[in-house]
Amino acid sequence: MNPTPPLLEVKNITKHFDISGGFLEKLSLENMRPVLKKTVVHALNDVSFSIIAGETFSIVGESGCGKSTLGRAVLGLYPPSSGQIYYYGTRIDVLNAREMLPYRRKMQMVFQDPYASLNPRMKVEQTLMEPVLFHNPAITMLEARDLVSEIMEQVGVDPLWASRYPHEFSGGQRQRISIARALMVEPEFIVADEPISALDVSIQAQILNLFMEAQETRGLTYLFITHDMSVVKHISTRVAVMYLGTICELARTEALFTRPRHPYTQALLSAIPVLGTKKARHIKLKGEVPTPIDLPKGCVFHKRCPHVFARCREEVPLLAEYDSGRLLACHGVEEGRI
Amino acid sequence: MDWWRRFRQSFLLYSFLRDSVAIACSLILIVLVLVSFLAPLIAPHNPYDSSSIDILNAEMPPMWMDGGSPEFILGTDSQGRDMLSTLLYGMRVSIIIGCLAVLMQAFIGVVIGLISGYLGGRIDSFLMRMADVQLSFSTMMVAIFLGAIFQEAFGVGLYEQFAVPMLVIIIGLAEWPQYARTVRASVLAEKKKEYVEAARVIGLRAQRIMGRHILPNTVSPVLVISTVQVANAIMSEAALSFLGLGMPVTRPSLGSLINSGFEYIFSGSWWITLFPGIFLVLLILVINLLGDWLRDVLNPKLYKG
Repeated sequence: MNPTPPLLEVKNITKHFDISGGFLEKLSLENMRPVLKKTVVHALNDVSFSIIAGETFSIVGESGCGKSTLGRAVLGLYPPSSGQIYYYGTRIDVLNAREMLPYRRKMQMVFQDPYASLNPRMKVEQTLMEPVLFHNPAITMLEARDLVSEIMEQVGVDPLWASRYPHEFSGGQRQRISIARALMVEPEFIVADEPISALDVSIQAQILNLFMEAQETRGLTYLFITHDMSVVKHISTRVAVMYLGTICELARTEALFTRPRHPYTQALLSAIPVLGTKKARHIKLKGEVPTPIDLPKGCVFHKRCPHVFARCREEVPLLAEYDSGRLLACHGVEEGRI
Repeated sequence: MDWWRRFRQSFLLYSFLRDSVAIACSLILIVLVLVSFLAPLIAPHNPYDSSSIDILNAEMPPMWMDGGSPEFILGTDSQGRDMLSTLLYGMRVSIIIGCLAVLMQAFIGVVIGLISGYLGGRIDSFLMRMADVQLSFSTMMVAIFLGAIFQEAFGVGLYEQFAVPMLVIIIGLAEWPQYARTVRASVLAEKKKEYVEAARVIGLRAQRIMGRHILPNTVSPVLVISTVQVANAIMSEAALSFLGLGMPVTRPSLGSLINSGFEYIFSGSWWITLFPGIFLVLLILVINLLGDWLRDVLNPKLYKG
């Protein structure tokens, strides 16, 4: 065990969303008897991982696999249904709003849609100043204003534009402002929820570089949520691959990209287009992602897995450690079949 | 003068200047509001001053008719008060009650709508069922009910003294669900947006997120219904006064003027009812037309065929 606990540790977290609506919608007849039926979305199922200070931990997966929910659960935007979240060894998912405040300064978030993540009725200056004034009541307006210009400069937005409204900026500039807002309270840890997927490809690289620069100068730790494998390869230290609310494989970036071992990761990586080569070995998965409302029994991936076995249909595979810290949840690998 | 520059370049002003109906309506509205609020200065008589009223002048027709006098341009009512002056004072009362009642409705409605939409769950269900109950009684019924209780509890004399605040409270309490539902609907749409989540990540408290982040983004529908609600409140007040539950005859509003003239309409004194009626219709019409225009401007997705 490490003597210092990891920056963030997530233990067996599950998140269920009850979407059954009101009393009348729950009511149904079964064998001529009224029953109350609950419809539950299993967004996260028993997810555990830890993030070490200074690294970029990426979560990849297709849409609807629960990666955004995971990011929001870590920050306490969605209280988890069960499980624990530790920040440097302190359990934070049970804290109330006031006890959480010191951690709010340390953990910030950058959102996906730069058009929705800035309040349209607030000037850039107000948006950026709000977190500072809230977390440092002692700071003077002048100091706060200086800090705003300083950080705006760092993220590459002219501080002279501070008195403008968000609609006067382009998507890339707004995302820079969004990043500036997260940096205003000088956090240690930032959850970036698909921060570049809504942007133009030419802008994506700029924003990605901005993230990496900020990490270098400020020693930030990222939880980077994305579905873009090339971005993952470029930016991350370790990668977790998610499928239907479950982590299938978690490994260091080079290890994952050179030798993916989980069948889903293999299929995912084989789908990355490569310039100039005609890639023949495309692993085609059959069928569709099952709904998270009724999860398949056993391994969540068994209905589409090319290596499916009887045990996969019955028993849920657990994450187990393999070569050089790789965590994997697959019966096939465990039994040495794959 | 940053805001002035922004106002001059705004789409609001642009579309206003291109809409002749809106210009005409706002001109009429400004004139009506000005003359009614300047009534003590410009009205030829003071209808509140009973010493200046001569009962011998009662029921004089407008000055252009037989028996009319240039002293009373629009004639006099049954007590000998100058119609024009009474009308101006009455319109002032109507406008004041209308605006204050809408302020009260807006305050109650916005607060309840914000809480209900943002917190959701049981609180939302409770508040919205309360609004449903309130809406299922017609405004008039609630107003008559409350008005009767007030009159009974405090006596007619005291009621007349506090008629204005009472009417404001009655009309204000009767129509808050309009606001609450509109605000709740926009809050539900806004609270899903990421800037609200960003505010929560900062750690801001719910009141602050509601007040500083969500409320400013729900202003435009509130603005639109406010114009319509002012007209509605003035109408409610007129209707209540017409039924004798509103302003007393000694301090008449437009509604109580119409009412007091109604008794004389068959004896030929049509002017006591007609002139306040015309002004009431005019006032409500221009406010409604302005409200329609505002709704079209603030909601560009709405096409007019």
